[in-house]
Amino acid sequence: MVDAVIGSEPIPPAEVGEVELYHPHSWITRYVFSQDAKVIAIQYSLTAMAIGLVALVLSWLMRWQLAFPGTLSFVDPSQYLQYITMHGMIMVVYLLTALFLGGFGNYLIPLMLGARDMAFPYLNMLSYWIYLLAVLVLVSSFFVPGGPTGAGWTLYPPQAILQGTPGYEMGIILMLASLIIFIIGFTMGGLNYVVTVLQGRARGMTLMRMPLTVWGIFTATVLALLAFPALFVGAVMMLFDRVLGTSFFMPSLVSMGEQLQYGGGSPILFQHLFWFFGHPEVYIVALPAFGIVSDLISTHARRNIFGYRMMVWAIVAIGVLSFVVWAHHMYVSGMNPWFGFFFATTTLIIAIPTAIKVYNWVLTLWRGDIHLTIPMLFALAFIVTFVNGGLTGLFLGNVVVDVPLSDTMFVVAHFHMVMGVAPIFVIFGALYHWYPKVTGRMLNEGLGQLHFWVTFLGAYAIFFPMHYLGLLGVPRRYHEMGSTSFVPESAQSLNVFITVAALIVGAVQLVFLFNLIWSLRYGRESGGNPWRATTLEWQTPETPPPHGNWGKELPVVYRWAYDYNVPGAKEDFLPQNRPPEPSPA
Amino acid sequence: MPIVLALILIAVGSVLFHALSPWWWTPIASNWGYIDSTLIITFWITGMVFVAVVLFMAYCVYRFRHGGPERPHYEPENKRLEWALTIATAIGVAAMLAPGLFVWHQFVTVPDEATDVEIVARQWSWSFRLPGKDGRLGTSDVRNISAENPLGLNPRDPLGQDDVVVETGDLHLQIDKPVKILLRSTDVLHNFYVPEFRGKMDMVPGSVTYFWLTPTRTGTFDILCAELCGVGHPQMRGAVVVADEAAYQTWLGEQRTFAELSGMTTIMKANFMPAEK
Repeated sequence: MVDAVIGSEPIPPAEVGEVELYHPHSWITRYVFSQDAKVIAIQYSLTAMAIGLVALVLSWLMRWQLAFPGTLSFVDPSQYLQYITMHGMIMVVYLLTALFLGGFGNYLIPLMLGARDMAFPYLNMLSYWIYLLAVLVLVSSFFVPGGPTGAGWTLYPPQAILQGTPGYEMGIILMLASLIIFIIGFTMGGLNYVVTVLQGRARGMTLMRMPLTVWGIFTATVLALLAFPALFVGAVMMLFDRVLGTSFFMPSLVSMGEQLQYGGGSPILFQHLFWFFGHPEVYIVALPAFGIVSDLISTHARRNIFGYRMMVWAIVAIGVLSFVVWAHHMYVSGMNPWFGFFFATTTLIIAIPTAIKVYNWVLTLWRGDIHLTIPMLFALAFIVTFVNGGLTGLFLGNVVVDVPLSDTMFVVAHFHMVMGVAPIFVIFGALYHWYPKVTGRMLNEGLGQLHFWVTFLGAYAIFFPMHYLGLLGVPRRYHEMGSTSFVPESAQSLNVFITVAALIVGAVQLVFLFNLIWSLRYGRESGGNPWRATTLEWQTPETPPPHGNWGKELPVVYRWAYDYNVPGAKEDFLPQNRPPEPSPA
Repeated sequence: MPIVLALILIAVGSVLFHALSPWWWTPIASNWGYIDSTLIITFWITGMVFVAVVLFMAYCVYRFRHGGPERPHYEPENKRLEWALTIATAIGVAAMLAPGLFVWHQFVTVPDEATDVEIVARQWSWSFRLPGKDGRLGTSDVRNISAENPLGLNPRDPLGQDDVVVETGDLHLQIDKPVKILLRSTDVLHNFYVPEFRGKMDMVPGSVTYFWLTPTRTGTFDILCAELCGVGHPQMRGAVVVADEAAYQTWLGEQRTFAELSGMTTIMKANFMPAEK
């Protein structure tokens, strides 16, 4: 009740003055060196999508090579390794991480929390430009002698910095430098998101009233701030090994018949550092997706998210557990095999909070009023692919089952399904969902339907059968299988099928890009709240929201984010800033 | 309702693909049938969960579609249901984890009667070493590697003199005899992978890794490298021949020892070793 009184007052003058300090005064400060989180979000998203297109083209080349080996004259074994490496690293770090945290994080955190901007807008701007520099350094490796590194996205030493691996001359140096730069930029953005969530919430926005989108992005950012330093030191140490001749990861060895000067280092140490980052990284991508999809499902099913508190605790539990499962990527790495007991147990325990999330999404559909909008369709597709990929994770997490499957195409199929396809479906759903807020126009529905159906069925057709190539025993990172006694001829027809599906799915993404551009001008005008959603970003006075988001008065929050179809309410949704009805006295 | 049909198609289609497609693992040739059994248990549990979740979703989407017969229902939480599902999940997870850890315990417990076999990898070929009559492998170090001594055996170690070195050629194993596979690399990471054996393990320069198995079926099986090791990775092939005792002994008799290969027999015998045939 006290809140309501404060909320009706104009915001104190001091607050307006502070906003004025960084208000854009020219085209450059408005659109290029902008400190507005929303502009930075768009810059992050466009950069991430642009570099993602490079990774998409690389995946076409790889799939073409696997289905029709030798038909593209410029694809040799070195090129193939460079494609898989760059595809993997771009998709995981420079696309997914950047888009979820830099893109959605920047756009949604201030708006959903009722803040005017991020806590440190200047740092936020620097974060983007440093990210762009990291992307440019990465791309430059395509143009140096020897080309980009072909060490695999895991960059395992000693191979990554030795002859016999493409790009060992310059490519690996640029890759490590780019990662170091990326982490510096990310740290600036990440600290910003955490501080903003903890300090920048509107009056009444308690932590347990935050939309799950913010919970997901917030927890993922905390994970990233704790996990990226491990990759950072790993990258610096490997750079030293490569450039200065130290031996952090290098034992004595003979490379191509020549005794090298290295000695005493441990290759497995790098793997521990890499996966101490690498496993939380999976959840850095997954937790924002979990959060966003929860809000998509609740909004478009017109029903409160089921078990909100359990959902929050599941996100936090997954975040904590994700730091004690990393060595399940290393069951056959040669580490002490007794570690397997611990890591298999922790890994399978993490399945429990994850399963709770799945149940609660499905139970949100149960007794809802399901609108089959494009965001909802993508949310449903997410559940299917995430459940599929999560369940195959139970194979790979259960140490002894992992042994025959590790390093085969089963692993490739698993992680593409669970952290490629599933989060990208959430990204698509989210873009269809929030595009009207960003631009004031709806994306075209017909093109959206085409995009959804081809992408959903196509992606499943690519990755579901791929598991069976792994069961057959086809190892990953082979540019061609060659002859064996155990892989039947028919496996090649499966490869051709997967490639055809991949090319079609890739092509339909161009339809999506066209839709993004076309609708900017010709899309139907959306108004401020086309989905009749409860969260604060839909309640801004103007759409698209201007710098500072809220005009004169900050919103005041009275309820959680999921008041859909509340008994007795006139409308089927109650925005978070709608004051409670005066009780009939 | 195309999405309802699509969901049903995916649930049913995935099961049919699993049951009817010709792509399945190659028949086993080692004692690790338990691994296959654990995998089958996992397939059953996860398969049922997948089909149940997807079909239930299809049902929800159909029954609670906008404009359908049902009215939406406001229900923030249902403690009983949430806990029941959590416990059921925990039981399912335990049903997979328990046999998994049981089998893993066997996998990491090498039986005493297992004999050593060393596999040495380098870019991009395989070599093998078997202990000689003393039953023990001599020490090695990559610093000893030279054109004459490609595996880097210690020329001063008497235990290594009678080691059987298979530089080019196949590895032979005797059926039903457990072996401890010792894995060594002289340059980068590799992985010793024989699909029929189910086991696999990385080979790490600077250390010796291992696993064990008992071959249970005669035949010739492909050895592949399963850890990315540079441009020659897919071409890094070898073969392992599982044979009965007589054939194995015949093969073994044709192999040469380290001492014979390095031409140092006489010197070593004079200095260190008791005379033997």
